[in-house]
Amino acid sequence: MSRINLTVDGVRYDDDVDPRTLLVHHLRERLGKVGTVVGCDTTNCGACTVLMDGQGVKSCTVLAAQADGRTIDTIEGLAGEDGTLHPVQQAFHERHALQCGYCTPGMIMAAVDLLSENPDPTEDEVREGLEGNLCRCTGYQNIVGAVRDAAATMRAEVPAPRESTTETVEGTAPTTTGEVAR
Amino acid sequence: MIPAQFEYSRPAGVQEAVRALAEGGEDAKVLAGGQSLIPMLRMRLAVPSLVVDLGGVVEMRGVRDDGDALVIGAMTTHDQVLRDPLVHEHAPLVVQATSTVADRQVRHMGTFGGSLAHADAAGDLPSVAVALDATFDIEGPGGRRTVPAGEFFVDYLTSAVSPDEVLVSVRVPKLTGWGTHYEKFNRVAQAWALVGVAAAVRRSGQTIEDARVALTSMGPTPVRARGVEEALIGAPATAEVVNAAADRAGEGTEPSSDVSASGEYRLHLARVLTGRAVAAAGGL
Ligand SMILES: Cc1cc2nc3c(=O)[nH]c(=O)nc-3n(C[C@H](O)[C@H](O)[C@H](O)COP(=O)(O)OP(=O)(O)OC[C@H]3O[C@@H](n4cnc5c(N)ncnc54)[C@H](O)[C@@H]3O)c2cc1C
Ligand code: FES
Ligand code: FES
Repeated sequence: MSRINLTVDGVRYDDDVDPRTLLVHHLRERLGKVGTVVGCDTTNCGACTVLMDGQGVKSCTVLAAQADGRTIDTIEGLAGEDGTLHPVQQAFHERHALQCGYCTPGMIMAAVDLLSENPDPTEDEVREGLEGNLCRCTGYQNIVGAVRDAAATMRAEVPAPRESTTETVEGTAPTTTGEVAR
Repeated sequence: MIPAQFEYSRPAGVQEAVRALAEGGEDAKVLAGGQSLIPMLRMRLAVPSLVVDLGGVVEMRGVRDDGDALVIGAMTTHDQVLRDPLVHEHAPLVVQATSTVADRQVRHMGTFGGSLAHADAAGDLPSVAVALDATFDIEGPGGRRTVPAGEFFVDYLTSAVSPDEVLVSVRVPKLTGWGTHYEKFNRVAQAWALVGVAAAVRRSGQTIEDARVALTSMGPTPVRARGVEEALIGAPATAEVVNAAADRAGEGTEPSSDVSASGEYRLHLARVLTGRAVAAAGGL
């Protein structure tokens, strides 16, 4: 067992994990963050994308132990506490940037990662920036449109730093979910 | 799928890592960014008894100026390489090739050293290291040794780093006065090269004084295209010379046939892409 501490969506968690545990399984099965999904076995699809210290990573290809001491942001922490959607979520909603929705959590997190580095990407830059995320439904057109819309919204907003009130959760109990992709 | 069980150690220094590997025996495995190893663990193509995670070895991260060369720490991520001003200034070929590696997420985790130690025949950085005459600093139980690029890549997925050793850093000579270019052909949804060409050209006026060309995915290891180099060195810098030289790109290669491309198609690509890479590197 390895002792790890993670700050996930603003909350600190201390847990003992089997070293072979993948970050995505830790998030889903131990912390109950089932918004992050697994779509492939080959590190290709990006559905499992989360931010680690602000950078997009494929959580199916990170050991939970590798993430010790880091800050993780998942799709579940993106909306405001009052339920206000993040501009990228809002734009995906308005532009119909999803059909089945399976790729969406990863697409949105990858888009947030991209926009944090490039606040005004061209269409080509969006397509290239999201090359690690596959969508089997939409044909990408509306996804690209949504990301550019969100970029415009975010540029217009006065940047307000998000408050982080970190509470600590000791030895979180495993949640039982039968739907975990293995 | 989930990996088989293993023990896990996270050393803070190179020597501690080497000791952990020695104690772990032959089934111990180094973990760098995990972007190649974790997929293999998940598929159970790799079943190590001990994983030695180099993520905490701070001395293996970053780039430093060492006079006529840059020393790139093996644990420097692709993303850090792309952001490093020294690499931009002195090894633009590394920047150009790294920017084509995988996708943003993989580049945030995957490392410069991991890509080289992994020695994937389709990896972009091995041919770049060969074209730049990089040298590899490797530490093991017997101490430190240095291996030139020409001897580092041994076979498919096999480098000169033995299981009880750690690749610490890579010395990349600065190519002052050279033009360089990496030309890669890949399918849209898959970043892996069908064929890639790393080229470096030094001109003096209208003459090609020196040239180095190395090929990705044209055999089990990167191939130094000596025939192409021979045809370029000392010749006038013209399109005809470059095209004639590029025709020799297939010499000494053993391109494989797979689902992505036949060997014959790879040979065709090698010639076309070599012409483009050399022309771009030579400013033609
Ligand atoms: C979807 C996807 C697309 C990709 N596309 C490309 C591409 O287009 N071009 C490309 O070049 N690569 C590509 N890669 C591979 C990527 O570059 C990886 O980062 C790289 O192959 C391995 O680096 P790593 O740090 O993740 O190493 P790991 O996965 O941690 O390790 C790989 C191997 O090298 C060994 N190793 C690593 N570091 C050391 C060290 N310092 N000393 C001794 N042994 C070591 C490990 O034991 C292991 O056997 C892709 C990967 C994925 C998942
Ligand atoms: S589930 Fe992680 S990349 Fe597909
Ligand atoms: S909406 Fe179905 S995979 Fe993207």
